[in-house]
Formats: sequence, C-alpha cells, structure tokens
Amino acid sequence: MTGSQRWGTRVGLVLAMAGNAVGLGNFLRFPAQAAQNGGGAFLIPYLVSFVLMGIPLLWVEWAIGRHGGQYGHHSAPGMFDRMGPYRWLKYVGVFGLFTNLTVAAYYCYIESWTLAYVWHSLVGTFREIAPTEFFPHYLGMHEGSVFAVPTQAFLWFLGTLALNVWILSRGLAKGIETAAKIGMPLLIVFGVVLAVRGLLLGPEDPGVVQSPLAGLNFVWEPKPSGLLNPSTWLAAAGQIFFTLSVGMGSIHCYAAYLKREQDVALNAASAGWMNEFVEVVLGGSILIPIATAYLGLQAVQAATMSGSGFGLGFLTLPTLFNNWGWLAPIAGAMWFGLLFFAGITSSLAMGQPILAFLEDEFGVRRARAALTFGVATLLLGSVCVWLYPGGAFDEFDFWSGTFALVVFALGEVFIFAWIFGMERGWQEITRGADMNVPRVFRYVIQYVTPAFISVVFVGALVKPVGRWGAALRSVLAGEGWPLAPDSVIGKVLHVGDPQYQWFDAQGNFTNDFVQDATRILLMLVFLACAALVWRAWALKRRRTP
Amino acid sequence: MTGAAWAMLAVTWAVVLYFTVRFFLKVLRTPPSDGDDG
Repeated sequence: MTGSQRWGTRVGLVLAMAGNAVGLGNFLRFPAQAAQNGGGAFLIPYLVSFVLMGIPLLWVEWAIGRHGGQYGHHSAPGMFDRMGPYRWLKYVGVFGLFTNLTVAAYYCYIESWTLAYVWHSLVGTFREIAPTEFFPHYLGMHEGSVFAVPTQAFLWFLGTLALNVWILSRGLAKGIETAAKIGMPLLIVFGVVLAVRGLLLGPEDPGVVQSPLAGLNFVWEPKPSGLLNPSTWLAAAGQIFFTLSVGMGSIHCYAAYLKREQDVALNAASAGWMNEFVEVVLGGSILIPIATAYLGLQAVQAATMSGSGFGLGFLTLPTLFNNWGWLAPIAGAMWFGLLFFAGITSSLAMGQPILAFLEDEFGVRRARAALTFGVATLLLGSVCVWLYPGGAFDEFDFWSGTFALVVFALGEVFIFAWIFGMERGWQEITRGADMNVPRVFRYVIQYVTPAFISVVFVGALVKPVGRWGAALRSVLAGEGWPLAPDSVIGKVLHVGDPQYQWFDAQGNFTNDFVQDATRILLMLVFLACAALVWRAWALKRRRTP
Repeated sequence: MTGAAWAMLAVTWAVVLYFTVRFFLKVLRTPPSDGDDG
C-alpha cells in the first residue's frame, strides 16, 4: 500500500515538485507568450498572478494533499472526500484522475518526440534532412487525411511509456525522486550551457545575421500599453496557471506522502520559485535569442505570433544548431535532452496519482498499478498518435490540459476556503511551516485567488476575437459578442467553421468528426473515472458496515 | 538592447533569483523536523 511510501529526502521532494511544474512550456511557451503580450511589461501581470494566484494555489494544493495523506488517501477523490461532510466532494476529485490520465496520454507523446530528437541530433539526421521535412514524415502524416501512420514515432512513444512505467514501478523514493535528482540538475546545466553559448553568438560566427540580444530585447522590451489590455493579464494568469501544474491533482498526490507535522509552506514556495527560475531566466534566454541570431527578428516575430514557440523549438532550432560545427550534435542533444527531462519529471507526476488511486482504493500492487497506467496511457495516447492530423491531439490539449485544470482549480479553492473552512485551511498551511507565511495570504486565498481564477475561467469561456474593449463596443453597438474560435463556447459551437460536417464529399471522415469523437471519448473517460470512484466507495461501505 | 529592456530583465531576474536561492537554501539548511525522513 502507498501508506508505507515516503520521500527519501526533503531536497528530493522539492526537486520532484519543481520537476512536476517545469515542463516543455517553460522553454517553448513562456518566451513566445512574453514576447507577444507586451514584452517586459508582461512580466508585471505575470509576477502579480504568481503571487496572488500561483503561490496561494500551491499552498492550497500542498495542504489538501498532506491532509488527505493522513487518512491514507494519496489521490484527489479520497482527499476531497475528507474535506467536508458532502458525498459529492469525492467526485470533484475525479478531475484529479481524469486530467492526469488524459494529459499524460498526449504529453508522453510529445515527450517521446524529444527523446527521438536527442537520438537524431546525435546521429546527425538534421544535417541531411531539414526538420520541417522530417517532422511530418516522423509523425506519419499524409496530406488530406485525418489519420497518421507513424511507425517510428509510435515506437519511440512505446519506449517512453515503458520508461515511465518502469520508473513509476520502482516507487516514490527509488523511482520518481531519483529521476528528479538526476533530471533537474542536468536540465539546469544544459539550459545554462545553451543560454550562455546562444547569447555569446556574434557576427564572426557562421550564419549569424543579427545579435541574439535583439531577440532578448524582443522578449524583455516593456510595451506599457500591454498593461492596459485585459488579454495581457489573461495571458499572464494563464501562463502562471499552466506552468505551475496546478489544478491537476499531481501536487496534492506528492504532498500526501508527507507526515502531519512536516512543512508544506517553505517546500511549496521553494518548488514554485525554482520553476520560475527555469522559466524566466533559462526559458527566456535560449529559444528566441538563438533563433533571432540566425533568422533575424522579423522571422522570429512571425514564428511566435500564435503565442507558442513550438515550431521554433522542433522545426527550426535543430537546423540552426548545424552552424555550431562539432558542437551541433551535442547542442541538439542538450536542447532536446532538457526538454525530455522537463517532460518526464512532469509525466511521472501525472502517473503517480493514478497509481496511488489504484493502490489506496482497490489494493492493487504497485507494479500492476504502474502497468495499468501504462496500458491506459497507451490506449488513450494512441488516439492522439493515429489521429494527430485530424486534431485529436489538440482536443486533448484543450479540454484536458487547459479547460479541466481551470475548472478543478476553481472548485478546489472554493472547497478549501468555504467548505473545509479558512480557519482549518490556514492551520493546515502553517502547521510545521519552516517559513513565516504572511497572514494576508489567508484573505488572498479566501477572496482574491478564487476571483482571479474565476476571471481566467470566464476569460477562457467567452474569449473574443481581437481585443476585449473592441468586443464590448461591438456588444454596445448591438452587433453581438465576437466569440473567438478558440474560446470554450466557440469550440463547443464550432465558431469560425462554416463548413462544419462529419464527412466530406467523398464520404471520408473530416477533422470536425475527429474533434467531436475525441470530445465524446474524453467525456466517457471522465465518466469512467467517476464510476471507479463510485465503485471504490461502494466497496468501502461494504467492508465497513 | 534598450535600457528599458535591460532594466526590466535585471529587476525580474534579481527578484526571481533572490527568492529561488533564498528558499532553496532554507530548505537545505532547515534541520529535519521530528519524524522527517529527509
């Protein structure tokens, strides 16, 4: 049973928690978001969101986790069941299973790409074939088809899953903690080496067209007008939300292995700030400066318009490293290696809550629970792999990796502050604390954080096309709200998709069909998780009449 | 880089590095509490 498991060391726990938070988004999403949302001015709402929403949520999740762990629950359903007298509370915890399982499905796929790219960087693949040609071939994409046939990508996916399952099966201290103790320092070393080398690129280096400092300037030049734009604030709050891995149930799970009197306040703050170091200092200093040095600022601005540095990271950087001579394969391996370590320390954190649920509530042995997680992830991940061109992957990312997180976080902070009660909640956060938690946070958690997340939630729900001010003026002019296609309601209603249909003229499946089918699948997975929770508690009632 | 960009970078890095180092050092230095495995 998981009750006998503990963290080996405190540093190991903090590194595992930081590793959970540090993900691919720290290196690929943050710099693009900062650059496109007011540059240096983005950092003001970003840090405000970190203090008023990020840190409080970390404390709340650590406290819920440690509290649940005292009752032998290391996954969200059991933890939430112990937070109040209502039977429905455990079903809020279903999000803590659903999100981890479905995010792991597509996240492990991206993780497998990074591992494959380490290999291809070392063997010099990108000297012979441009990554822009390699990538669609690697994913097995065929023009006009919603299906992919990716033999190589699938094999790497299987290997990555097997590695995750093996590490998880070794247990908390020997598996997850060891991986974090190896992965996190290596990630930081790789990041520092790449950032220093990239920022020192000069006109004498072959292929350099512009100073990398122009790229750094693009990220950091404050554009104060951004501060008055609600979109900037929403983007900053959203980035904080996703970078800290809050609203998933994985932080709760890791914290559940603490003892009653062990600190959560300092550990949470340390892990949170470590994530910020990796994101702000390292994440902001690699991708865009190096890409700017070789492509010029205009190309980089165009490439990051979507607010993601994904294309630059996977399609552009491997080619640019070719300019580094003998260092090219090592630089490529370091870049994708650091992305891999960022990925695996997060995917392990997604696996542990599933294992803990099976161990705690059904008495499944750890090795078997790890295998069950692997098989479930393989089945769900296969949908993302084979239907990647049809948009299944993006649907997983949006509904599980974005929307469900906000819903769960909103629910948990309300339950913590208003059902569990702020008096008890504050005691949970401060008991055994190795730092003074400013008392103002008691009120921040009760009022400000829920309000902050509510704004993020509503913002995601009804995000408009263009600026919020223009959307409001549009309403006042009687022209209605211009819903963005990537808002939650816009997605549900297929806004911006006038050709909405499940089959094309030849009777083939369309992307619309794949998207709707994926949404139905995700709903079924959620219901299956809820059914498992119902079954677990039914068994409990039978055992204790 | 412009002066404003340098200033923004310097202030933000200083804040992030200060709290990262401060809290991590405290984690390393704080003796394990009663029953702490670490």
